[in-house]
Amino acid sequence: MKRTLSLALAIGMLFALVVPVFSASVPKVGIVFDIGGRGDQSFNDAAYEGLMMLKKELGAQTTYIESKTPSDYEPNLASLAREGYDVVWGIGFLMADAMKKVAQQYPNVKFGIIDSGYSDEEYKSMKNVLGVLFKEHEGSFLQGVLTALTTKVNKVGFVGGMDFPVIERFEAGFKAGVWTINPKIEIFVNYTGAFDDPAKGKAVASSMFRRGADVVFHASGACGIGVIEAADEVGKWAIGVDSDQNHLSPKHVLNSMIKRVDLGVFNGTKMLIEPKFVGHTVTLGIAEDGVGLAPEASNNASKEATAKALEWADKIRKGQYVVPEFRADADKLQSK
Amino acid sequence: MSRPRNGGLWQELRVPAAAVIIGLIIGAVFMAMTGANPLTAYGALLSGCFGKPVNISETLVYINPLIFTGLSIAVAYRAGLFNIGAEGQMIVGMVAAAVVGYAGTGLPRAIHLPLTILSGALAGAIWAAVPGYLKARLGVHEVVNSIMMNYIALYLSHYLVNGPIKDPQVIAPYSREIADSAKLFRFFGGFRSEFRVNTGILIAVAAALLVYYVLYKTTTGYEIRAVGANADAARYAGINVPKAMAVSMLLAGSMAGLAGAVQVCGIQYKFLDLFAFEGFGLDGIAVALVGKINPFGVVGAASLFGILSRGAQMMQGIAHVPKQVAGIVQAAIVFMIAAEGLVEGWLSIPGLSLKKAGKAQKEDA
Repeated sequence: MKRTLSLALAIGMLFALVVPVFSASVPKVGIVFDIGGRGDQSFNDAAYEGLMMLKKELGAQTTYIESKTPSDYEPNLASLAREGYDVVWGIGFLMADAMKKVAQQYPNVKFGIIDSGYSDEEYKSMKNVLGVLFKEHEGSFLQGVLTALTTKVNKVGFVGGMDFPVIERFEAGFKAGVWTINPKIEIFVNYTGAFDDPAKGKAVASSMFRRGADVVFHASGACGIGVIEAADEVGKWAIGVDSDQNHLSPKHVLNSMIKRVDLGVFNGTKMLIEPKFVGHTVTLGIAEDGVGLAPEASNNASKEATAKALEWADKIRKGQYVVPEFRADADKLQSK
Repeated sequence: MSRPRNGGLWQELRVPAAAVIIGLIIGAVFMAMTGANPLTAYGALLSGCFGKPVNISETLVYINPLIFTGLSIAVAYRAGLFNIGAEGQMIVGMVAAAVVGYAGTGLPRAIHLPLTILSGALAGAIWAAVPGYLKARLGVHEVVNSIMMNYIALYLSHYLVNGPIKDPQVIAPYSREIADSAKLFRFFGGFRSEFRVNTGILIAVAAALLVYYVLYKTTTGYEIRAVGANADAARYAGINVPKAMAVSMLLAGSMAGLAGAVQVCGIQYKFLDLFAFEGFGLDGIAVALVGKINPFGVVGAASLFGILSRGAQMMQGIAHVPKQVAGIVQAAIVFMIAAEGLVEGWLSIPGLSLKKAGKAQKEDA
């Protein structure tokens, strides 16, 4: 009895000694979301998935804050750094400036930013920052291929959130994909002017469907929930973005342009907590499995279309084809 | 709305104080329902707002624009106008300050800083003048127009910051950084200081004094209040109603424009593309109403709202309270303050006032 007790005590003390050591090696990871935040079933929720992967696989302690205005970025990033988080993520390129300031104020904290990078010159004074960029145009190209081989009326649509470089890459890649297969297809392009308004997405997509389009691809955050709803109502196709959005309408989401923001956050964190980490940018395209088609279970495209898309994916992976990332280059592929 | 009271400060504050407490209790119930611990959450709110010097600085940064937008709504409301357009007026104020702050590089500080701040105020005033003019001359309802002006401001700013005024050096849609000569002083440690609180807070307090002076110590202010109380009676008494409305709307617009200018000159140093409305203008409505449309009340209410909205994000980051629940806490407090009569009624229930016996006696006396 006595022996068991002392054994238990000894084990207990051992734990008391060891556990703090362990918990010190468990990273504390926090995310600062841009305006909009969680619940978009898309970009931000994918980042949150990455956080949950860290929790599950590394036992990381996690938290997040959703920003309300651009002036929130700085205090939110800084307060997580102050609260003792080892790695702090900014989800969205608008945070680039705030992150630069905060990263310099907290050189001992590691920072990661999605959809933005810095110049080599800048990284010299911010060795604690990882920029993660994606080749959205490559993934969108594959959706363009699927779209061109799915449309029966040769009219399709693209719904963007707001028009800036990240979203332009979606548009350019999609157009290039469609017109590479059939340069005669008409593509309606429209922007909702928001990322957080499903009603606007629905209005824009509905008007495209009324004009005859039968496939609409969106890159518009939570507006896309409305785009998919519109497709569901008229019985036509929508293509999801960032996350697998098939569950929003299993019979009317053709496919989803998967952007592995979750992997960006997950692998990025693993890179950041390496002691030897030095600030730089990683760019994730098809070759890095950073972008791609939705899993087969969520694919509603025909076998032929899917095979064609995979064929192109292979070409892009091997560097035999370079997808244009600017609208102007993609537009040259159209024949009128 | 506000009745004259002569029971001293406590009489003035007891209803808002009770409303805040009831609001916090309602919020606690919702937190408990979502599985968060209300005590940890409110602890996070307090420590997040006041726990460290830098947190206090950030809380003041949040209060600052709300004072301006609250004043903006209050001054228009005194003339019987509902300025929903403070949001848009603030946006054009930000854009104007960002443009002038950069374009005036090389000017001496004594000219450049006031010029930049005033350009923001002017832009806000111009933005408010449109619905103000339509209301005063043509009787078009200012609510509809000022809401529409918000959207015009949002998308105009979006166009400008992605094109003409975009900083070509960076990929993100930012305007160029303003010159140091147009930046407001941060109290501690220079323009890149972590302590972002700056002389803008003094401008806000000065603005509250100015609005008070104009409204209560000048003839124009009297006319504005008369129009707000009863426009027909005011017209019958010989007051130029359109003029009073125009003046109050211009003043309202310049207050919201100042909010934007101070945000750019004190905090951001540039204009950042907005994905959506920031909400300072809309929160300003609640600030003005909670502050009883009184300039000093607005300062108090802005402080409460600043603490709540900064605290909401800290509750989320530290205590993992969903932002929706933080929103409910905020809404519950506003609701309780707005339902003043209800709270007052509760406070006069004998059983309840027993707990506040000391105060109840004061009431009797």
